[in-house]
Amino acid sequence: MTMTTKKNTLMRVIRMLDDFLLRAELAGVGLSLATGPLGSFVVWRKMAYFGDATAHAAILGVALALASDLPIGLGTLVVALAMAGTVAGLAARGWAMDTTLGVLAHSALALGLVAISFVPGARTDLSAYLFGDILAVTRADLGFIWGGAVLVVGLMVWRWQGMLTATLSEDLAHASGVKPDRERLILTLALALTVAVALKVVGALLIAAMLIIPAAAARGLARNPEGMALMAVVIGAGSSLLGLQLSLWQDTPAGPSIIVAAAAIFALSTAFGRFRRS
Amino acid sequence: MPGMPGCGMTTDWPHALIAADHLCVRYGGREVLHDVSLSVRPGEIVTILGPNGSGKSTLLRAILGIVGAYAGRVIRAPGLRLGYVPQRLAIDPSLPITVRRFLSLPVRVTDAQAAAALTRAGLAEVAGQQIAALSGGQLQRVLLARALLGDPGLLMLDEPTQGLDQPGEAAFYRLIEEVRAATGVAVLMVSHDLHVVMAASDRVICLNGHICCEGTPQVVSSAPEYRALFGLGTQGALALYQHAHDHSHDHGHDHNQDHHHDHDHKEEHAHAGHTHA
Repeated sequence: MTMTTKKNTLMRVIRMLDDFLLRAELAGVGLSLATGPLGSFVVWRKMAYFGDATAHAAILGVALALASDLPIGLGTLVVALAMAGTVAGLAARGWAMDTTLGVLAHSALALGLVAISFVPGARTDLSAYLFGDILAVTRADLGFIWGGAVLVVGLMVWRWQGMLTATLSEDLAHASGVKPDRERLILTLALALTVAVALKVVGALLIAAMLIIPAAAARGLARNPEGMALMAVVIGAGSSLLGLQLSLWQDTPAGPSIIVAAAAIFALSTAFGRFRRS
Repeated sequence: MPGMPGCGMTTDWPHALIAADHLCVRYGGREVLHDVSLSVRPGEIVTILGPNGSGKSTLLRAILGIVGAYAGRVIRAPGLRLGYVPQRLAIDPSLPITVRRFLSLPVRVTDAQAAAALTRAGLAEVAGQQIAALSGGQLQRVLLARALLGDPGLLMLDEPTQGLDQPGEAAFYRLIEEVRAATGVAVLMVSHDLHVVMAASDRVICLNGHICCEGTPQVVSSAPEYRALFGLGTQGALALYQHAHDHSHDHGHDHNQDHHHDHDHKEEHAHAGHTHA
């Protein structure tokens, strides 16, 4: 291939990204790369509510970013990280997690909503932050989503064996030289990153759904942890594509449509699992 | 004074694989372990015995380095590899994992290594099964197989037979003896069930926050400190166990124990007898 044809191919690819639907589809697939393996850990470690709290804190991050003219991605990342760190710290000190998470998650959400109302003009965009705005994903957004997703996948692959051992048994991990605290910290970091990445795609209210539903749907179809994580990626990506089609066809909100598609796949996979077992 | 470092205690470092040296452990200001010194020599089976809350699991976890020592220290022979069998493994049903995959955590092993470890633990056929589908006895053997994979010099087992019925327990301890005979591995285990463990141990350490007494099973079972902890009835239980090993059916008194039958474990002397449900 000569230089010019290479350049032409590249230009063609870039021009393809002019299509808003393709950008949306790529955003959904990119997010699924991160939510598949991370969501599997969220399910295995019963961190669903933890994911919710971190995701809800993203709204507060949006408000702070808007007020201080910082990039939204950075604001959500910082606040999500602070929330995840706080929750993990309280859990380590033996707080009753059910209540603590309930207080923190909803306080962060409410505080974020109140704070956003003070930012001029932001009030009109509120639903974009709550439910995502995947059809308005820009090339820069796409770069952020894929960059974040690749980082999360890299973290997961790097720490996979240790995190899995620590998830099965902290004592067993300790005895084999794996430090459960460190693995938990890395999961927390990955979760905050994923929240920042997912905000534009499905919105703060549905990030946890994107983590949990594809992983739960993959459970019945897998025999090993790796299989479940891969299946969760496939199901997440499939839900994104299906949800976007539904959104175009029926003019429904895109983020919630993606979750509806994931829920439908979950129902099918559960029924299939029952059928296969009986 | 409760701080007496035990009768007949020997810290025969440097001949030992691992030793606790005047170890004290605190939890929230309360001293759980006080001035505990013990050592395990190569090829030896040592059992730590104590009632609930006596700190025996804590002692094992302190020796493993999971909990920190407030005072004292743990010394390991250079290059000593540890194999650990935890008290239980509660795998969340949302996590699918086969026995084969489990054996490769956190260090990946070859199929041949996995098969050899499973065979040694008396479970050749389960590699492809889901961990969640195993019986309690099978799961304990899988945990043992995993602990054996690193070719350890010392196996540490924390109440390895919890949740097993009595024949299952007896079979598991016999397996430990077999593994020791085959590999020469030393064993340090924790238990609260006296009778079954005793015959499988070279040495018993009686613990109740501190070491009460220590010695061969026969010596310990007649020590006044041991009787003070466990009462007099245990003499009968020990006697019962020895009877059972002698293949005698002449149970004297108080026998809700029965070592003569088995469900899912093959035993050489599975007498026809009464059966547990």
